[in-house]
Amino acid sequence: MKKWNIVAVAAVLALATATFGASYAAEKLKIGFIYTGPIGDLGWSYQHDVGRKAMEKALAGKVETTYLENVPEGPDAERSIEQLARTGHKLIFTTSFGFMEPTLKVAAKYPNVFFEHATGFKRAKNVSTYAARFYEGRYIQGQIAAKMSKSGIIGYIVSFPIPEVISNINATMLGAQSVNPNIKVKIIWVNSWFDPGKEADAAKALIDQGADILTQHTDSPAATQVAEQRGVHSFGESSDMIKFGPKAQLTADTDYWGDYYTKRAQAVLDGKWASEDTWGGIDSGMVVMSPYTNMPDDVKKMAMDTQAAIKSGALHPFKCPITDQDGKTVECKGGDHLDPGQILSMNFYVKGIDDKIPGK
Amino acid sequence: MPLVLERRPERSATIAIASPLIAIALTLVTMAVLFAILGKNPVEALDVYFLEPLTDPYSLGEIAVKATPLVMIAIGLSFCYIANIWNIGAEGQFIAGAVAGSWLAVRTNGTDAGHWVLPAMLVLGAIGGALYALIPAICKVRFGASEILTSLMLVYVANFGMDYLVRGPWRDPHGMNFPTTAEFDPVATVPTLIEGGRLHAGAIIALIVVMAAAVLLGRTIMGFEIRLVGAAPRAARFSGFNADKLTLFTFAVSGALAGLAGIIEVAGPVGHLQPDISPGYGFTAIIVAFLGRLNPVGILIAGLFLALTFIGGENAEIAIKVPLDLTKVFQGILLFYVLACDSMIVYRVRLIPTLRKPAHGNV
Amino acid sequence: MEMFEAIMLSVIAASTPLLLAAAGELVVERSGVLNLGIEGMMIMGAACAFAGTYLSGSVVIGALCGVAAGIAMSAIFAIFALSLAVNQVASGLALTILGTGLSGLIGAGFVGQRIVPAAQLHLPVLTDLPLVGRILFGQDAFVYLSVALVIGIWLFLYRTRAGLVLRAVGDNHTSAHALGYPVLKIRMLAVLFGGACAGLAGAFLPLAYTPFFIPGMTAGRGWIALALVVFASWRPGRLVGGAYLFGAVSILQLHAQALGLGIPSQLMSSLPYLATVIVLVLISRTRGMAGSAAPASLGMVFVPDR
Repeated sequence: MKKWNIVAVAAVLALATATFGASYAAEKLKIGFIYTGPIGDLGWSYQHDVGRKAMEKALAGKVETTYLENVPEGPDAERSIEQLARTGHKLIFTTSFGFMEPTLKVAAKYPNVFFEHATGFKRAKNVSTYAARFYEGRYIQGQIAAKMSKSGIIGYIVSFPIPEVISNINATMLGAQSVNPNIKVKIIWVNSWFDPGKEADAAKALIDQGADILTQHTDSPAATQVAEQRGVHSFGESSDMIKFGPKAQLTADTDYWGDYYTKRAQAVLDGKWASEDTWGGIDSGMVVMSPYTNMPDDVKKMAMDTQAAIKSGALHPFKCPITDQDGKTVECKGGDHLDPGQILSMNFYVKGIDDKIPGK
Repeated sequence: MPLVLERRPERSATIAIASPLIAIALTLVTMAVLFAILGKNPVEALDVYFLEPLTDPYSLGEIAVKATPLVMIAIGLSFCYIANIWNIGAEGQFIAGAVAGSWLAVRTNGTDAGHWVLPAMLVLGAIGGALYALIPAICKVRFGASEILTSLMLVYVANFGMDYLVRGPWRDPHGMNFPTTAEFDPVATVPTLIEGGRLHAGAIIALIVVMAAAVLLGRTIMGFEIRLVGAAPRAARFSGFNADKLTLFTFAVSGALAGLAGIIEVAGPVGHLQPDISPGYGFTAIIVAFLGRLNPVGILIAGLFLALTFIGGENAEIAIKVPLDLTKVFQGILLFYVLACDSMIVYRVRLIPTLRKPAHGNV
Repeated sequence: MEMFEAIMLSVIAASTPLLLAAAGELVVERSGVLNLGIEGMMIMGAACAFAGTYLSGSVVIGALCGVAAGIAMSAIFAIFALSLAVNQVASGLALTILGTGLSGLIGAGFVGQRIVPAAQLHLPVLTDLPLVGRILFGQDAFVYLSVALVIGIWLFLYRTRAGLVLRAVGDNHTSAHALGYPVLKIRMLAVLFGGACAGLAGAFLPLAYTPFFIPGMTAGRGWIALALVVFASWRPGRLVGGAYLFGAVSILQLHAQALGLGIPSQLMSSLPYLATVIVLVLISRTRGMAGSAAPASLGMVFVPDR
């Protein structure tokens, strides 16, 4: 009798362990993503989604993801974020600056959920920030533009005068000026991250005013498509837009978030997640240049050399001395280049830009 | 046409009561069909949309938070619509009020101002909205310009104006040059009612507005005037009521309420002024006004119901991966059905054999 | 001078959808109906047109899909606002909301896809003429259609009996009914025509203007089209002027920015809307308070007495 009892207990224990183990193993980490635009924008939100899918693939079987697109940056954002937290998501990525305050508010209420806020600057115990050093790609693009432009005018389509946009304009110009000190830029603010009609109109206006290289800090492929139609060159933005401009696109500075997302999810799985501030560039693979196309070999070589130099740290796009458009030398807080804080809060144009920052 | 509309000898009382219920039932059936077409289980989907949000306190609180601006704006709009004055610019008046009230918050930010700040902000918000609404009103009264179009165009102008302020003069000096004002001080923030939730004092203000509107519309001369102008404009003119003054009054009230909703929303759930403060409240409120049949209590119920569909829609996006656009489809369909059912109170439909009427009447 | 040609080409492209949608609404309003749902009909036209072209490879089929979508949406409006005598303002708004939502659902699967845009005319000698060549002889079919449409509408309204009847219905539906004219049927046909035009206007955006589909790509053009009808005092000829004026304002503000004129971009962006308000005030002033150019029965519910 006793023997059977022991066997029975052992069997029950074994079964219980197996079940518990199985359910524990089967319980996936739920990860949520909040996008401000549609994943079909082929720009900013699309690239975040690409990163999400890459992470899902890399951690197949261990994670389960949810995404919400078209979440406006107003009062509804907090509810969307909180809903993800309430429905068992343990790691939440909020992919736009405007989600900063809502993320912090929800994070305060859910201390056991981890939040990652893109392009923000406020952190908490359970809130990290991350962004990419897009300006590195812009510098390379500036150099290419100066080499390829016959008219000496770059056309720049931008959304809003936030520091990231300003620093990107400056980086482009600094890169261009390193090849052609007399390069000029024309800037149009379309007041939207994503408005293909307006972006197309702006592209046409810039071309009509003499620009023969287009670049943008907006999310749709409209400008590339116009460039293709008009026979000028362009740079893709956030994602590779070559299929909209097979003869027009020179390169694109794309954001690649897959590795970062995988790393952070793995950290949660390992129990090692901590609040950090990550600012990755070409070196860490967060900024990836699309293949250099539609340019002569010597320009391509120059671009690749610059890319390597930036990656190794030999070249910093914001190396001092930097003169602003009023002629004053900008204080150099990072040694021989501007420090991250200065770049993140940049609110001036470098010399050579004839425009004024709106609202200043 | 084989279908003909015939005026009933008197308004049908049964349909008047049943109308909203019939409309909702029809909408639910249509939505169930749409869910099925999208490949989702209709029963589960309807449950997630309508029933689940009612089952937990967090969602209920969120429904109230969402309904607060909708109800306030819709009450104001009902004043205009009852009198057949078509204010479509509530969204712009909402923003104008938010901007006006935020001015004080930004001015006093960081100074140790007293508790007078918030009430003053609310008053400023109401005044700001009212003044902005008077622009299309004056255009109509003085120049005869269509208020539908002027009020609508001014929405875009208000948006751009606020955008300019937030990116320029009012930008938070410590905000790394990002386009928002500094977070409002506690004295400039609408207090929450429940620990941990977002339900705030604005909800109580909304309830007060509902009751005040019911009294004003039902029991005062002004209210009678508004209702008369809408129902029988000529009779109203003969009675000596001044249509121009009425236009100005209803627009001002409507603008004030929209502006008040705007500053409450900014000083409450949002907490600062930024380029994106409204997911289209001013336009959704138009639906709420019609759904509520331009009646204050009806608007309260309609506002809560519509807020429920928003929350339900967001939950559905997470739980069953249904796109958010479906919520808009639902709201459009609901409005159509409500309007149609309401029409059945006054008219009835008859099938008659097709009659051919000659182009020239042979009398 | 090349700059002039280039700017004109941009202006024509920007003005065409406004003209197409407004022309249809003009007919609708002349018959006495106010359809505020243009934005909803246009965006549905855009979504269906893109889907149609993507799936069939033909711009013509896509455009027809867009037109069909516009007609279908306007039919919904007609049933409620005409047959069921529902308030027209509310119906129009409901249509806009419904159309916006539906177009998002339909178009969702097509976001990010490419199509070959509508071809532009190329005549051997004419298109290469300096200055006016491409402006007059190098446009796509939509542009020529928009001009033909306005001319056709003008002829219809002022040179045919049917047009006269339609105007009569719009000015006084009670008298028209007493004379035996089928008021509701005429209005219904007008509404469907307006829907077709709005659908075509919407189709222009993804088939010619920016050859991909994005939810909400009409970006408020339907509302501007409404304003244009009033701006034109309900007359087809003035409609062309108005549409091109607004197209020009929206393009020139971008050029002003590129020229570095230093005016705040938000002010520039709001110019078309401010211009509409000012224009509305100015033209209403000349009419005075008593008279108005609008069809007298505009927006009023009509239920025939038996």
